[in-house]
Amino acid sequence: MKSISDLILYVLIFLSAYAQVFFFITFLENNKKIITRKGGIKLGSYPGVTIVVPCWNEGKTVERTLQSLLHMNYPQEKLNIFIVDDGSTDNTWNVVSKFSKYSNVKLFQKENGGKFTTLNLGLEKMETDFFGCLDSDSYADPEALVRIMSYFERDKNTMAVAPSVTVNAPKNILQHAQQAEYHLGVYLKKMLGFMGAINVTPGPLTIFRKKVFDDLGPYRHGHNTEDMEIAYRMQKHRYKIEHCNDAYVYTNIPSSIKKLFKQRLRWIYGFINNTMDYRGILFQKKYGNFSTFTLPTGIISIFAVSYLFSRMIYNFIVFASDKVFLYRTIGFHFSTKALSFDPFFINIRSVFLPVILIYAMVIFAMLFGRRMAEGKWVFSPEVIYFFPVFGIIAPFWLLKAVYNTILSRKPNWR
Amino acid sequence: MNENNIDWKKYVIVFLITAGIFLSASFLSNHFSNQKINQIKAIQDNIAINILSSETQFSLLSELSCKNVSTSVLSGELDELGRKLEWGQENLGSTDEVNYLKKYYSLLQIKDYLLMKKISEGCKVKSAFILYFYTTAENCSECQRESLVLSALHDQYPELRVYSFDYNTDLSAVKSMEQIYKIKDTELPAVVLGDELLTGYHSIEELQSKIEESFTPTEIKSETPGSTTVKTIKSQ
Repeated sequence: MKSISDLILYVLIFLSAYAQVFFFITFLENNKKIITRKGGIKLGSYPGVTIVVPCWNEGKTVERTLQSLLHMNYPQEKLNIFIVDDGSTDNTWNVVSKFSKYSNVKLFQKENGGKFTTLNLGLEKMETDFFGCLDSDSYADPEALVRIMSYFERDKNTMAVAPSVTVNAPKNILQHAQQAEYHLGVYLKKMLGFMGAINVTPGPLTIFRKKVFDDLGPYRHGHNTEDMEIAYRMQKHRYKIEHCNDAYVYTNIPSSIKKLFKQRLRWIYGFINNTMDYRGILFQKKYGNFSTFTLPTGIISIFAVSYLFSRMIYNFIVFASDKVFLYRTIGFHFSTKALSFDPFFINIRSVFLPVILIYAMVIFAMLFGRRMAEGKWVFSPEVIYFFPVFGIIAPFWLLKAVYNTILSRKPNWR
Repeated sequence: MNENNIDWKKYVIVFLITAGIFLSASFLSNHFSNQKINQIKAIQDNIAINILSSETQFSLLSELSCKNVSTSVLSGELDELGRKLEWGQENLGSTDEVNYLKKYYSLLQIKDYLLMKKISEGCKVKSAFILYFYTTAENCSECQRESLVLSALHDQYPELRVYSFDYNTDLSAVKSMEQIYKIKDTELPAVVLGDELLTGYHSIEELQSKIEESFTPTEIKSETPGSTTVKTIKSQ
């Protein structure tokens, strides 16, 4: 029994190490292609872009979101901003109404129907060749759009470009841990971009060619992760998605464990269920690295985290029952021998080195992701917060998402 | 439209790199295990020399004086060896090498027992001996409990010497001990305290009173400075 569980552990560690080495090799192959531009750039032409700002009770943050769009370094007459109030019950409509004075801003109000319905309203009303969305809890850097558009100008085959999403003003430890994770996300997305295997086109400022929706149809509910579903659909039809590492978007992130839990539950649930919906493309070589790398890596990581977490719980129970056993046998007993340190008793098992290497590669990924997002190497304690915070709480939303999937319970948005 | 096709060569190369990491890791891990086994061997050799030396010393001096017979070194080293071997068996597995070391350890314990008994009788050193027989062949929860009791007792009474033997040790000297004390594998754990054979689990309180009885209240003849064997006991 012990040898079987050890074997599973080794296989999972091997697969995790494989994924990290794969990312690292991709990095070494493409390192020179990663360019972080500073300052403004000029495009040959400035095509029209429609950006939808869906709002649902976001009166507190939407003003800043809209300001960031109005200050975008892009000809304002080419930038159409659609504000769609998705049946807010707070002061959102009052806040956004102030923006009706701008000639490139259009306001829409509709009954609550979910984010994908606001985007589809935007798709119906748009008259430009490019379409995007900016979540009303996110703020775009003034250079973000022009840098994204430069990717479309460079390659006619590029169908969507995702920005680097990082954290807006992190305050507590939980938010700093998330910041490290977003930096990791920037690195992973760039590498997946090189592999043609991006699986999410995030709500904050991913820009699409109109052709994507003309060919593949509008947004779908996508288990409350419409930005993942559209990426899966694009991958299924081999539409190229790129990542523009120097287009920065800052997003507000959950400040409490409860809010973070809800958000992540929705993401993981979306991943599991979209993957099940698109299971037909798994391990089919015509769908490229998305089907042979991105999806299997995601599936394995869900198995790995669930397994390691159960194993940890099991070990903890064994440890605790040993202590109870000891207490019941001899009462409180304090041995001085336990205090003396002897390096002999450090157990160097064969998984030790691969695990250290996995950690090292993840830390490198976070630091490099941050370098891509901020243009310079920054060493700060975020990286250290990440492991304990996510190590302890991530298994819970992951297992809950698996549980909900089994019982077909759909998580709410908030 | 997505021109990124699967580069199978990369998948293979990454596999080879990852496998390489795992192989080097298992090589390193083996290297450290071997180092540990060698460390245990070195301790054992050292103990063997010490026992031989004490035996010789005792035969040379016993008739004249007990003063110079050193007894304190051995006990600590044997304990350390026992703990390291136990750890080795749990973490490095019951390899041939570990089993061989375990036999050697049993033999050293018997020699230490015989010598210490002689010294304690000859020199009237206050001491008590426990021979403890357990089994690892089957899941013996009483043995686990008894082991905890004995190590707690050993911490309490530095003069108490506990010698533990795996019933299934394939060594004639251990088999002889089992015959002498009439140990049966159906009655494990078994504890021999003085001349008394106790089978099954015995609690810490029970053994405590028996140990204190066995400390014969005779006058201490010799005192070796710093030796743990001559401290007065405060009963608990």
